[in-house]
Amino acid sequence: MSANARPLSPHIGIYRWQIQMVTSILHRATGIALAAGTILLVVALLALAAGPQAWAGVAAFCGSWIGTILLIGWTWSLAYHWLNGIRHLVQDLGHGFLPATFVRNGWIVTIGSLLLTALVWACVFAQRGGA
Amino acid sequence: MNGKQFRTPLKGALGLGSARQGMHHFVVQRITAAALFLLAPWFVWTVLRLLHLDAAGAHALVAQPCTAVFLLAFVFAVFWHAQLGLQVVIEDYVHTRGTQMALQIAVKFLCFLGGAACALAILKIALGR
Repeated sequence: MSANARPLSPHIGIYRWQIQMVTSILHRATGIALAAGTILLVVALLALAAGPQAWAGVAAFCGSWIGTILLIGWTWSLAYHWLNGIRHLVQDLGHGFLPATFVRNGWIVTIGSLLLTALVWACVFAQRGGA
Repeated sequence: MNGKQFRTPLKGALGLGSARQGMHHFVVQRITAAALFLLAPWFVWTVLRLLHLDAAGAHALVAQPCTAVFLLAFVFAVFWHAQLGLQVVIEDYVHTRGTQMALQIAVKFLCFLGGAACALAILKIALGR
């Protein structure tokens, strides 16, 4: 092994929670959640192709309380991953790296994802209530 | 700069240098992201339109050529993007070589199966009846 003293990163425990790390962690977490959510996408499409009975099963699951909780979670995951993904693409173009801008954009993404989720579910509950 | 300071003999001993293919992963991850930037809102809007439809109505909506093509594009981009993202997560957190390889292959297989199943279902809906 090398004998020279190499620079070391501070260990996890000494970091203070900050928006920069939270947005990064949430991007991964929501990405994993969305990948798991593709199972419902596959099942729903196969059910729709299979016929009305199978589709009714999927619709019943989505309307159940556990289905609703999962779908709200996936809606927020998609909203967050989408908005934060835009932030990443902008950063890939070389913008938004100043700490103040980074923090501001992090909050825009976080609060924006909650607003988008609320908007989508307002549509859902309006349609469910009207039906 | 002072690059030598960061190198250790370990890299050479383990044969773990750059695979020289990272750029392709980076680019495709962002191309699929750009596609999903457009397709994801469309997908949410389509799902919302399904809410007040029964099975026959949902079937008819997905059978429309425009919906079917965009849905195929969405599914293709989703599984490609997911597979690239999960690959990086596994590379970062799973450090046992056998487990990592098994997980990487499982992710590729499952993403292909998911994409193929969705494509088959969409085509069956769009071409049937």
